[in-house]
Amino acid sequence: MRKFSKLMASAALCTASMAHAGELEVTHWWTSGGEAAAVAEFAEAFDATGNTWVDGAIAGSGGTARPIIISRILGGDPMGATQLNHGRQAEELIEAGLMTDLTELAEAEGWKDLVNPSSLLDACTFEGRIYCVPVNIHSAQWIWLSHGAFEKAGLPVPANWNEFVAAAPKLEEAGITPLAMGQQGWQQNLAFGTLTLAIAGVDAWRKVSVERDVDTAKGPEYAAVFEAVAKARELARDSNVQDWNLATNLVITDQAGGQIMGDWAQGEFQMAGQVAGEDYTCLPGLGVNEILDTGGDAFYFPVIDDEATKEAQMALASTLIAPETQVAFNLKKGSLPVRGDIDLSAANDCMQKGLNILAAGNVLPSGDMNLTADTQTQIEDLMAEFWTSDMSAADGQARYADIIASAE
Amino acid sequence: MSSSQSSSRKPSGLFRNLSAKIASVPMVLTALVVFVGGTAWTVLYSFTSSKLLPKLNFVGLDQYERLWGTRRWLISIENLAVYGFFSMIFTLVIGFTLAALLDRKIRGENVFRTIFLYPFALSFVVTGLAWQWILNPDLGVQNVVRSLGWESFTFNPLNDPDIVIYGILIAGLWQGTGLIMVIMLAGLRGIDEDIWKAARVDGIGTVKTYLRVIIPMMRPVFVTALVLIASGIIKIYDLVVAQTNGGPGIASEVPAKYVINYMFRAQNLGQGFAASTMMLVSVIIILIPWAYLEFGGKKRG
Repeated sequence: MRKFSKLMASAALCTASMAHAGELEVTHWWTSGGEAAAVAEFAEAFDATGNTWVDGAIAGSGGTARPIIISRILGGDPMGATQLNHGRQAEELIEAGLMTDLTELAEAEGWKDLVNPSSLLDACTFEGRIYCVPVNIHSAQWIWLSHGAFEKAGLPVPANWNEFVAAAPKLEEAGITPLAMGQQGWQQNLAFGTLTLAIAGVDAWRKVSVERDVDTAKGPEYAAVFEAVAKARELARDSNVQDWNLATNLVITDQAGGQIMGDWAQGEFQMAGQVAGEDYTCLPGLGVNEILDTGGDAFYFPVIDDEATKEAQMALASTLIAPETQVAFNLKKGSLPVRGDIDLSAANDCMQKGLNILAAGNVLPSGDMNLTADTQTQIEDLMAEFWTSDMSAADGQARYADIIASAE
Repeated sequence: MSSSQSSSRKPSGLFRNLSAKIASVPMVLTALVVFVGGTAWTVLYSFTSSKLLPKLNFVGLDQYERLWGTRRWLISIENLAVYGFFSMIFTLVIGFTLAALLDRKIRGENVFRTIFLYPFALSFVVTGLAWQWILNPDLGVQNVVRSLGWESFTFNPLNDPDIVIYGILIAGLWQGTGLIMVIMLAGLRGIDEDIWKAARVDGIGTVKTYLRVIIPMMRPVFVTALVLIASGIIKIYDLVVAQTNGGPGIASEVPAKYVINYMFRAQNLGQGFAASTMMLVSVIIILIPWAYLEFGGKKRG
């Protein structure tokens, strides 16, 4: 019966909006279990407006999907809408006039007052015009700890990174890999970034990543960071998985003590039926320095010269940021909503921690907004090499400083 | 080449064979515009600071300086050299040996030929994935040998940065030798039976006949095989992506992967163009002396 009335409702909506019903191909790279469940919420909400969501999921991480998306836009075969991380990645596409201007819609719906933190909308803004819809807030600065693994080793669950390092020998004795780490550059780079914020602190991080101050990159704060990364490298020696969700799975199945990974890992814990605070613990900022970056995903709408498509694009943009969609999507995804005005009492322990940090304003702009893709690739290459070789901490730091010195 | 030389008619005059010349115009245009034009464009833009979109703001040799100061590029070149050297030698040796064995009129030749050539029908991605599993310590060779009782046996090339390129080499050889074998076999079949009879009359051993008589006679076949192998080596990309994705770390990176990564992922076209120009230059450096010896010498002789 409920199904029937739902059908009727959507049929009614269909007829109401028949005049401008459109099909939109939406490309994204949300393919892991938790991510796919979340994106289905978007599709459902969009279909309810009488339009059709044509799913264009691209398997592989952003590194695989982004070139495909960009070359399709450049090659004259644009999709209706696409996920991209906001920030400097799309800057040149906007400059070339390939992205649809959303300013009118944004002003009509008052996005400026809704979006919190406002830096998210700033990242979508180029020369005063708005070109993308932020859909969620992701932060990378988390460590996920397995209660089962620490129980096996007869230890209490650590409350910060230093306790975690101290507990590592006992974990190894119990046959548990202390740190799970996927052997891919971006994951190693993420762990590096997280350790930087926890150990060097925000001021040093800001000097290097925003102001590109080479002296700080060569200084003692960063020396400590590289020492810590070298230590983490030892802890992750026995972890030879590739994908991040496989590394998360090591934590879920108590084969590893913990994993440094962004809050999207939470979707995997949820899919496995684990409860935050009982089966796993999350520590924002590694429990040392509780501060989160505000990266995230955003949707861009390539310019398509067709009225019906344009209307469908605007309908999608409006759907993505609507309060109901925001709640449904972010609960599944494990990320935080972009609106400050919605009720998330259903959120679990970890999300509440994140929301509190956001509310207190302890946020950073994400690295995506400060360093170009070029510089980030160089740092990623360096980290990929550092984590798999025996490069000394001092060498790593010197080469990192070189990259910062040549960054634009 | 040989057929045009043997034909009695010699081309004299622009309008001789006019229809053939008109027919070749599209191909000539394609070669000029797409290959030469595209190459020139790439080289030109490698001197600019183009990021996501090509722009003409020249920065001189900056991209090349950065390229040769990048550890990942140096490792890529080193890997290509190691892979190229061993791939060239082993493909030729194994390919020729298999062909020679098949040429001894053995029973079931067709079956063996099909088996050896079969890997060539697979795409590199499939080959890479299959060998990733075969070389995986928990699933593949190491596990099988250990389950047979040799507990201390260790064979884990794909997770060891020092030897990972040899793990890729194995997969490359598995895929590539079949084709070379078939080409060699065709070459061997082209050798006159009388040569063998003459060698037998003179009392020359089989191996010696191959080394001293047959192989020199097969020179054109070897040249063909060499060109095929060399082009395969330079453009190696998908095998690495499927098998190791450049890992562990950056230990199995190759130049083509560097080009793709910097052009599209790092959104730094200038750097990608500089790297692809260097790939072109290295091919030319190898090709020109060889072409000079091969073709220049022939004309004079």
